[in-house]
Formats: sequence, structure tokens, C-alpha cells
Amino acid sequence: MDAATLLSRFPATQDLAGKDMPTFRVAGADLLAAVRFLRDEQGFDLLADLCGAEWQDRPTRFGVVLHLLSTAGKEYVRLHVDAVNDRVPSVAALHPGANWHEREAFDMFGIVFEGHPDPRRILMWDGYPFHPLRKDFPLAGIEVPLPAADVAAVTGQTVEPAPMMGGPFVSQGGKMSEGEPSALDQSWNEQQPKA
Amino acid sequence: MVKSDFGYNSKVEGEVIVTRADAVVNWVRSHSVWPMPMGLACCAIELMASGGSRFDISRFGMEVMRFSPRQADCMIVAGTVTYKMAEVVRRIYDQMAEPKWVVAMGACASTGGMYRSYATLQGVDNIVPVDVYISGCPPRPEALLDGMMLLQEKIRNEGGSLRRTFRGRTVETKIVS
Repeated sequence: MDAATLLSRFPATQDLAGKDMPTFRVAGADLLAAVRFLRDEQGFDLLADLCGAEWQDRPTRFGVVLHLLSTAGKEYVRLHVDAVNDRVPSVAALHPGANWHEREAFDMFGIVFEGHPDPRRILMWDGYPFHPLRKDFPLAGIEVPLPAADVAAVTGQTVEPAPMMGGPFVSQGGKMSEGEPSALDQSWNEQQPKA
Repeated sequence: MVKSDFGYNSKVEGEVIVTRADAVVNWVRSHSVWPMPMGLACCAIELMASGGSRFDISRFGMEVMRFSPRQADCMIVAGTVTYKMAEVVRRIYDQMAEPKWVVAMGACASTGGMYRSYATLQGVDNIVPVDVYISGCPPRPEALLDGMMLLQEKIRNEGGSLRRTFRGRTVETKIVS
């Protein structure tokens, strides 16, 4: 991985000093050229992953993280891109595998991938009004009509918020038991009835 | 078969069996359930195992799995029903011919299971009428067989088999002799 060339050719690039693999923040305008440089000149020929991310404490709320793998050099590189105005250029033309990943990032976060060949939702149905992995979206969901109007008319069913029953149940931290999962009260069992 | 359904004494009645039309119709239906496997998640793997030689659902007369709703009369909903899939489940149910039954196999189909989420229908009974619920995550094939035998029991005890009321409309079965 030739970091010096990447940094000199794309001056807006920032080395994030990743602990597990070389990590860079790339400007959105440089993304296509940087991915093409890594693919054609550095041998990063496989797009291992592309995902959206949300940072509530940063000026640009959404970002995209790409993991590229060099199958010959057996090394990874990670690229961070900030989605300025929720927009990021699509890399589907360079790595066809990015197509569905970008559709998922659009579906879940609402990040628009400019130049995407097929910018539809992939998990939720077309016309669903929200992007469910955004942090301001409640886990239980928001009530909207069913996608099929005729089925909704017959069944009277809507897309309802799920009953959370006091959840979501999040660990409060502290010491974790290392024993096998078992009942707290071990004084009775099938052979020994409860006193 | 409940004993009172047939009053048959060969010495008295010879080759004639006297019964009620309902009992005969129900008996025929209960021993020829054609399931439509609505396999949506891991429950479908157990459903496949039930059709295999080890558990052998054909012992109970319901091995004729049909992947076309028009040739099936019992939809086994095996798996998580998402809101996106709910439309499809309902349409396939609508395409099945009367009389028809629905089995909700496993926790997800019965109640949404562990998926308390924006994407998951909280029980398939919100969109189709369910006859038998089977617990388990996923249920063992024995549990599915038990549920299907319960369904047979239910079919055998249905009244007015030739004239059923369903969601406000009456469905009549004609006997052609």
C-alpha cells in the first residue's frame, strides 16, 4: 500500500492512522479517482464492503466507509467519505459489487449515491417514507399504511410500531457472568421438587 | 375417527355404511391435506425435514406439498413475515381454493417472535385467519406433525362442511353423484 502516492495525488486526503489497516478520509470529489487509483495501480481489486454510517456529533451527519482488498497483495485499505448534503459519488461503475451495498445505504440512511445505475430501495418497499437506521428513527417503527392498498383494505392492517414491552434491553455494563446460562435458583429440579 | 361417526354392523347392515355427509367430507379432507409451504425463514428447514424420510409427513396423509396456491388447501407459514412480504402472503392465501386452512409455524409467524422491529409483521394472523399456531423457534418436525394432526382434528370436527361461512360470505360445496 503506497500511502505517500495516494496522499500526494489527492491532497485533500487525510491519513486517519487506522490501527488495523491503512485508513484514509477521502474527499467526495476525489473518491472515484482514488478508488480507480487503488484498483488499477495499487491492486485493490475487490470491494469487500461499503456501508453507511451516521455521526450525530459531526458537521456532516452521514458518511460512507469502504473496505478494499488487494487479492494479490493480501492487504486491506479503508476509506472514509463524508456525505456532504447527504450525497456521495457512486463507485458502482468501478466495482459492480457496490451496486446493492449502495442501495442498502440509501435505503437505511438516505444517502444519495450520485451516478448510481439503479437508485432504488433494496430492503424496504418503494414508497416507504423513512430511512430506518437513522438514529432519530425509533426501533419500534412509525405507523404507515401497508404497501398494498387492496390488502390493507381487506385486512385493516397497517405497518404498526412493534410492541417493545419495555425494551430495547441494553446491557448496563459491569461484570459479565462467565458461567453457563442457568436458572438463578438451582435448589429444585425435576427430581427435587420446589420446597 | 370418532366412533359415533359410523354406525356399522355388518351382520345387520350388510355392505352398507350409514353416516353423516359432514363426517365423510371431513374425513376425506382431513386425510388429504395438501400443504402449500410458505417458507420464509429457518422454520422452512424444519418443514423440509418433516417431508424427509426420517420424520415422514406422509404417514399422516399430507405429503403432497404443492408450490402453487391453486393446488393447495393448507398454507404453512414457516418463518418471519415482513411487512414487505405480507402482501405476498395475503395474495397467495387469496389464490387458494376453499376450503383452506392456515398453520402459523413457529414464533415469528405466530407473533413476530424475537423481531420487535419496524419491518416485521407481529403475527401472520393480522392478515390471514390462522387455524393452528405451533410454538418453537424453530419448532422440531415432531411439533409440526403434532400441529398438523391438530389441524386434522379440527377439520374432522368442523360442522356444516358443505356450507361454510367465511368472513361474511357463504361458500357452498356441491356433491355431484
